[in-house]
Amino acid sequence: MSQTASVTGRDTLRPTTGTRVGLDVLRAEWTKVRTVPETGWLIAAIAVLTIAVSTAVIAVARCTPGASCTADTTKLSLTGIEVGQAVVVILAVLAITSEYSTGMIRTTLTAMPRRFGVLAAKAAVLTGLVLPAAIVSVAGCLLAGREILPGQGFTAVRGFALLSLAHGPTLRAAAGSVLYLLLIGLLALGVATIVRDSAAATGTVLALLYLAPILAAFVGSPAWQRRVERYGPTSAGLTIQDTTGSHLPIGPWGGLAVLAIWAAAALLAGGLLLRFRDA
Amino acid sequence: MTTIAPYRAAQQTGRDGFWQLVHAEWTKFRTVRGWVIAVMAAVVLIDVLGLFLVNNGNSQCNGPCIPVVPTGPGGEAVLDSFYFVRQPLSTNGSLTVRLTSLTGVYEPEGGFTGPHAAPVLRKKLVPWSKAGIIITQSTRQGSAYAAMMVTGQHGVRMQYDYTGDVAGLPGHVSAAFPRWLRLTRSGDTITGYDSADGRHWTKVAAVQLSGLQGGVQAGLFAASPYYFQANFPSYAQSGGSTSPSRATGVFDHVSLRGGSPASKWTGQLVGANARLESMPGVGFHHDGGSFTITGTGDIAPIVGGAANTIYDTGTISDHLVAVIFGLIVLTVIGAMFMTTEYRRGMIRVTLAASPRRGRVLAAKATVIGLVSFVLGLAAAALAVIFGTPISRSHGVYVLPVSWAAGLEVIVGVAALLAAAAVLAVAVGTILRRSVAAVATVIVVFVLPYILGDTSVVGPAVSEWMFRVTPAAAFAVQQSVPKYPQVIGQYGPPEYFALAPWAGLAVLCGYAAVALTVAYLLLRRRDA
Repeated sequence: MSQTASVTGRDTLRPTTGTRVGLDVLRAEWTKVRTVPETGWLIAAIAVLTIAVSTAVIAVARCTPGASCTADTTKLSLTGIEVGQAVVVILAVLAITSEYSTGMIRTTLTAMPRRFGVLAAKAAVLTGLVLPAAIVSVAGCLLAGREILPGQGFTAVRGFALLSLAHGPTLRAAAGSVLYLLLIGLLALGVATIVRDSAAATGTVLALLYLAPILAAFVGSPAWQRRVERYGPTSAGLTIQDTTGSHLPIGPWGGLAVLAIWAAAALLAGGLLLRFRDA
Repeated sequence: MTTIAPYRAAQQTGRDGFWQLVHAEWTKFRTVRGWVIAVMAAVVLIDVLGLFLVNNGNSQCNGPCIPVVPTGPGGEAVLDSFYFVRQPLSTNGSLTVRLTSLTGVYEPEGGFTGPHAAPVLRKKLVPWSKAGIIITQSTRQGSAYAAMMVTGQHGVRMQYDYTGDVAGLPGHVSAAFPRWLRLTRSGDTITGYDSADGRHWTKVAAVQLSGLQGGVQAGLFAASPYYFQANFPSYAQSGGSTSPSRATGVFDHVSLRGGSPASKWTGQLVGANARLESMPGVGFHHDGGSFTITGTGDIAPIVGGAANTIYDTGTISDHLVAVIFGLIVLTVIGAMFMTTEYRRGMIRVTLAASPRRGRVLAAKATVIGLVSFVLGLAAAALAVIFGTPISRSHGVYVLPVSWAAGLEVIVGVAALLAAAAVLAVAVGTILRRSVAAVATVIVVFVLPYILGDTSVVGPAVSEWMFRVTPAAAFAVQQSVPKYPQVIGQYGPPEYFALAPWAGLAVLCGYAAVALTVAYLLLRRRDA
């Protein structure tokens, strides 16, 4: 007992350098998420939900003989990302709002007064958590597409090559979808830092992600419709999944860049508010 | 020996009746400023987005340009444009013809190459092209009528007063398989018959047309509605191409009995319209006993989605598309209403004050349900009442509906928001974490729209999801009926898979199940 106390005491008294502080903040954030049981569940849920939705969608898609099918099989196989992103949002929102709801944020900021650093560490840890989940999700979706789609009539004879990462646009869609999920996480983290309340943050982020495309479909003016599609985080970001290149509101990488700008803006606003607001 | 009186507190015991609980929960709701602001913002969001975004820049006309759209005897907006070859019929009588051919063409998109060039036409008999005989009060659009006709793909039909449709002989018509049609008038009752050989007649239907009196017009007609092709094979996305079409019917053995038939048949385009006049070749040709009539247009009710009509139309619920925004706000508040109690430990005070836990849940659901209902009512009423003139100012004709139908939409939207908020309270009680509760409810509501966008799965999956998920309740926005005899874009936002109240019932079913599970868990779990 006394030994533990003395070790802790020595640890805090140790003179620290800049990099050392950075690593400590990172390790502190990592310890926080690692020791909460729901983190593991949420990470698993990202992959399970994404792959399940994609598999269900692929299983009902049919290219009946005789009919002309115009499908982007890569994009179709990655449909689950649209649902999986909601779990990424939950994970990201909880990363900051759970600190506010328990009052932990005051401890955190007392221990690590460099608030930008705290947010950066949170963003880094979140990215580290979402990355493997996103890779597994995308791989699972494409594998499901590869296995199931030929049986649904999407055969090579009819112009639907077997999904393969050797195909340039498919590789772009796969890598882009992973990046997409990472950026959605960062966007959600930024918004949650601004909003601070978990329910309100979840509502705000999901409304931003899901409602812009729905609204775009109903907006009367084509010019406005195009604007919403070009600059909405989901509609722009998901253009990265397109492998046919037809009727895109914005180029694939340009679309992902739009999402990156959203995420950067949210994080910056969140960081500034965190810096200048009382916790 | 003295008896000690049992201790009585001077203060009256607190009551934990249901209404006291509702009052307590109302106080909790009312005193959180953020929540009150948020629900008010939800109303503003529904109306501002709905009213000002939807028709934004849709107008292609300058000045007043609302089309004059005829309405049928039932009050519904109708399309009443066809080529009519007629004679007056002053008394009771009957009209019989034989139809030996029905053919058609349509003008594909881009087929009109220039103002002076003849449009490119493609052979195609539109499914509801029609040629046959009709008895109508007058040639005024929207008159009461009954007609026997052969259609492009739906066999012989008897149609009357725009919305009525009864099937007769099936199959296609040709010289080898002609169709005989007959209409008889007796006062205001018209009976339709069909026959394959002119000797053995089958009665299709007898209909009483209120308002049919005195002299009427009887004759032959041809009409062909717009050829509609959905651009997106998706249920949740509206849009498609409409191409003008025309149909040509060849008639012989024409006999009009009763009254004092004139010897001469007069041809006229009923309901002439600039958009129909681009279709060439409309008219009739009388050669001996044979009539060849070519017509365009339709005699049918106008459905939402502007697929079957020559007018720019909208519905009273066009401005309700932002209801889903309000729904998300109320979902967040509904979930928080319960989850903040857990976060702050307030739940222990609440349950100590009212140990009957079911009542607490019921009180919360009542408060959030009533608040959502009242605000929903206000938001929907504003969107419907002010939406109509805004649509008109953009040159859109808003399909007329009865007061009752309008009220049904408004009350339906309010009930949708209330049920969604109650569902959120229940899910919040089950999950106890606001993030999970909010995300679950939101995803469940938007999923049908999102998956409807993926074109391959499109219509079937999306329609199915609008039946079985809570999103079925969006059907309350449906204000005008579907007609099987009219081809249209029967998808959101005008039409949904289920009838309005059936869709709402699906959501209420989910809310009821969630409330039951929440009640059981709340009772069993430690707070």
